[in-house]
Amino acid sequence: MLAISGIVQIVLALVLAPLLQSIINRTKAVFAGRRGQPWLQPYRELWKLVQKGTVYSRTTTAVFVAGPIVGIAAVGLALALVPIGGWPALLSFPGDFLLVAYLLGVGRFFLVSAALDTGSSFEGMGASREVLFSALAEPALLLSLTALAAASHSASLTGIYAAIDSGMPATAAGPAIFLITGAMFVVFLAENARIPVDDPNTHLELTMIHEVMVLDHSGPDFALIQYAAQLKMWLLGSLLLGAAAPFRFGSAWLDLLAGLVGLGAIAVLVGIVESSMARLRLVRVPQFLIAASILSIVALFLVMR
Amino acid sequence: MWLFAAGLTVLSAGALLSLLLSKAPRLASWTGSAGAVGGCLLAIAAAIGVLWSGESAGATLAWEVPLGSLAVEIDPLAAVFIIPIALVVLIAAVYGAPYMQGSYHASTVGPSWFFFNLLAATMLLVVAARSGLLFLVAWEGMSLASFFLVLTDHRQESVRRAGWIYLVAMHLGTACLLVLFLLLGRSSGSLEFDQFAVEPGLAGVLFVLALIGFGTKAGFMPLHVWLPEAHPAAPSHVSAVMSGVMIKTGIYGLLRTVTFLPELPSWCGWTLLAVGVLSGIGGVLFALAQHDVKSLLAYHSVENIGIIGIGAGVGLLGISYDIPAMAFLGFAGALLHVLNHALFKSLLFLGAGAVQHGTGTRDIDRLGGLLKTMPITGGTFFVGACAISGLPPLNGFVSEWMIYLGVLLSVAEPARDANVAWAPLCVLVIGSLALIGGLASACFTKAFGCMFLGEPRSEQARHSHEAGRPMRAAMVTLAAACFVVALSGPVFLFLLRPAVLTIVPPGAREAAAAVVPQSLGPLVGVCVIFWATLAAVGLLSWGRRKMSSAGKVDGVPTWDCGYAAPTPRMQYTASSYASPLVILFRLLLRPRITLHPPVGLFPKQAGFESETPDLFAQYVFGPTFAGVAWIASKLRRFQHGRIQLYVLYIALTILVLLIWKLG
Repeated sequence: MLAISGIVQIVLALVLAPLLQSIINRTKAVFAGRRGQPWLQPYRELWKLVQKGTVYSRTTTAVFVAGPIVGIAAVGLALALVPIGGWPALLSFPGDFLLVAYLLGVGRFFLVSAALDTGSSFEGMGASREVLFSALAEPALLLSLTALAAASHSASLTGIYAAIDSGMPATAAGPAIFLITGAMFVVFLAENARIPVDDPNTHLELTMIHEVMVLDHSGPDFALIQYAAQLKMWLLGSLLLGAAAPFRFGSAWLDLLAGLVGLGAIAVLVGIVESSMARLRLVRVPQFLIAASILSIVALFLVMR
Repeated sequence: MWLFAAGLTVLSAGALLSLLLSKAPRLASWTGSAGAVGGCLLAIAAAIGVLWSGESAGATLAWEVPLGSLAVEIDPLAAVFIIPIALVVLIAAVYGAPYMQGSYHASTVGPSWFFFNLLAATMLLVVAARSGLLFLVAWEGMSLASFFLVLTDHRQESVRRAGWIYLVAMHLGTACLLVLFLLLGRSSGSLEFDQFAVEPGLAGVLFVLALIGFGTKAGFMPLHVWLPEAHPAAPSHVSAVMSGVMIKTGIYGLLRTVTFLPELPSWCGWTLLAVGVLSGIGGVLFALAQHDVKSLLAYHSVENIGIIGIGAGVGLLGISYDIPAMAFLGFAGALLHVLNHALFKSLLFLGAGAVQHGTGTRDIDRLGGLLKTMPITGGTFFVGACAISGLPPLNGFVSEWMIYLGVLLSVAEPARDANVAWAPLCVLVIGSLALIGGLASACFTKAFGCMFLGEPRSEQARHSHEAGRPMRAAMVTLAAACFVVALSGPVFLFLLRPAVLTIVPPGAREAAAAVVPQSLGPLVGVCVIFWATLAAVGLLSWGRRKMSSAGKVDGVPTWDCGYAAPTPRMQYTASSYASPLVILFRLLLRPRITLHPPVGLFPKQAGFESETPDLFAQYVFGPTFAGVAWIASKLRRFQHGRIQLYVLYIALTILVLLIWKLG
């Protein structure tokens, strides 16, 4: 039964993750007064890329090919550890969230190496910014999850998110959970390369971070990168949601449905943020991320008064 | 025990023979290398025997020495250190034979192997010694042997300077150790380890002495200043041994001292933790700002010693507050990281040596594109880079994760001790380990990316050549060992258990041993994900290869936004890659930037230089030693060679002594 619930969650993630992209795009279209893309557009784009040929620069080596493959493998395995809607994850043990964070780190390490493999100055620039921002986001994420572990007296993700339910915000740990939600939302925006940290829709390579790192990838390689990014958004969204909106209805299926609706709501929120504010100046981004770490540290102190 | 003694004998024989044969460098190289390999194999066998049976093996030689006897013993704690020492020396010896012949003057080969084998023998003796005198003699021998190895290339002024700094640092550390052992042996009048007794109230002082004395060898910040000088100066296989295992004897000394000190106050654990955090974060930040790959690796040794310090600090706090999970997993993580760091750091130093051998430069900004000409060096360096960044599925993650888990299990405990300052503990351990991990990834994508990927940035890099077969074999073995340790993680829980229980005081041993079954499940979980990651990557690569045959375009230039003639000089350099991080942490790093901007309508010249000297060397030790030199120059007034004055000094001294004694 445990295994089945874990597999159901992974299948849902694999099938529905690109839809989050559509929701963000449709939200932005509403704000801009446009009709927006069809709902299935991200799926069509992935399919189109898979069928295309691949261009390899003469500078590149095997590292360039390995980047997207390791990236998708790492995110896929991290999905096996992350629960949604209070359901147990496929695999769960104390300290599993550290493994999730470090698996995302493996994907990033390879993607950054693949970017440096092209010898392009644009991709070098993107890679340089990516490693800086992710190094600052990592403490915020891990300290937030540690605070949750201390509040819920459990060291595994499944245990943490099963213990946090709608009653939790009313308890002594309530204010801490509020701060953790803030910190994790900042990490969510930074790790998924959204405004105000990165702008996925800018037209200048010089101002991009994540998108510029993958300039040289094409065809199925690029499809893998895009898909891995969508899965990563699903994964970090699930972590955020479990702390931000732990609604439980008594029925497992209703809980799962609430989780899915919640993920959609996060996508709408990202769309609203993206429509209503501009990207931060690059020198301001580290301060934004350090602020998230400070929020999580304050939460730690609140939890363990 | 006789295996270990035979190992020491073989090492000494190798040392003497290579010195006698120094007129024939080839032969000296062979005998030296063979002696090191044979001696280390015997030592490994002895250590494995102890770990397997779980019983210590010891012997006392019937020689009269002052203040004790010549006692040696291999207990589990010593065995855990003997294995990495012997393993890394063995592999470095295989690598060193062709490396020395290719890069160094023939007259230095024989003596260099003499000191190399001597270093190996004294390191093993330090770990096995059971009396203070033997320990200090071996310790001094180790410092001197490595000092002469650093000076292998003594014709260069910078190398002599590095050797001098190293010698001074080592002896300042040893001074603290002398005091430490005398205080420990004061009550019993013997320097034998099992007769050491601590006078009440002195434990804290002794701990601080050990922290300074052993910390200088280990390279804790701010006592690390000799590392970034000495490691780049030494030949690469020596740097691998020094950075991979010799600095770990400092950790060994600290842990051994802890076993003499019952009831350490809790501030000792907090101090070690704070020193670990400072070394970890400071080390990786200074590494980011380096241009020379070997200085970069030397600063990463400071970082990893910091991680080991964090683990040992968690362990000490676990003992002080009586929290078994922290005590066991903190020390176990620290000990496993000792092994792991030995493996991947020596791998990286050997890789850096191969690059220097193949291109003639260590400047990261002059390299690039080496993966095409040096695939084995590049591939193994990549494995080392992933491992040192703590990435799964490699060994660096396992040891760091054990330290994380020790804190996490204790924090999540429903009945956690209210006396412990949990929030600062979590911030110090989890927050800083996370930051160190992220920054190490940044640093090693820089090092690997700028050395091995992209286009060659100089003629030297364009004409590079791969290392010879023994050198490649050494690097491949170490890279494979990194995977083996990671994929068999749970086994190490049991192998390290007796060593950890040696450090934990007898009263807490039972509770600490109960942590093993508790943490076995999580460790197996990590291991399952490791195997699954490898399987998934293998499967996806296979699928990707099947699919990519259609419509593949090869051999086009990199897309540079429509610019048709990119040159290698337009690539992002290592300095520009690290620049945002260096600027963000400029208050700590204080980089020196010299900028000559282009001037006028038709600028002819422009220049940019950046350099990041060590903060402590520049602002603490530099001024201190300048002061010492100033005082010494003033004292010179008393010594100007006139014999009459010297006679006067003697007469005056005798007079003062007589008045003091008789008056």
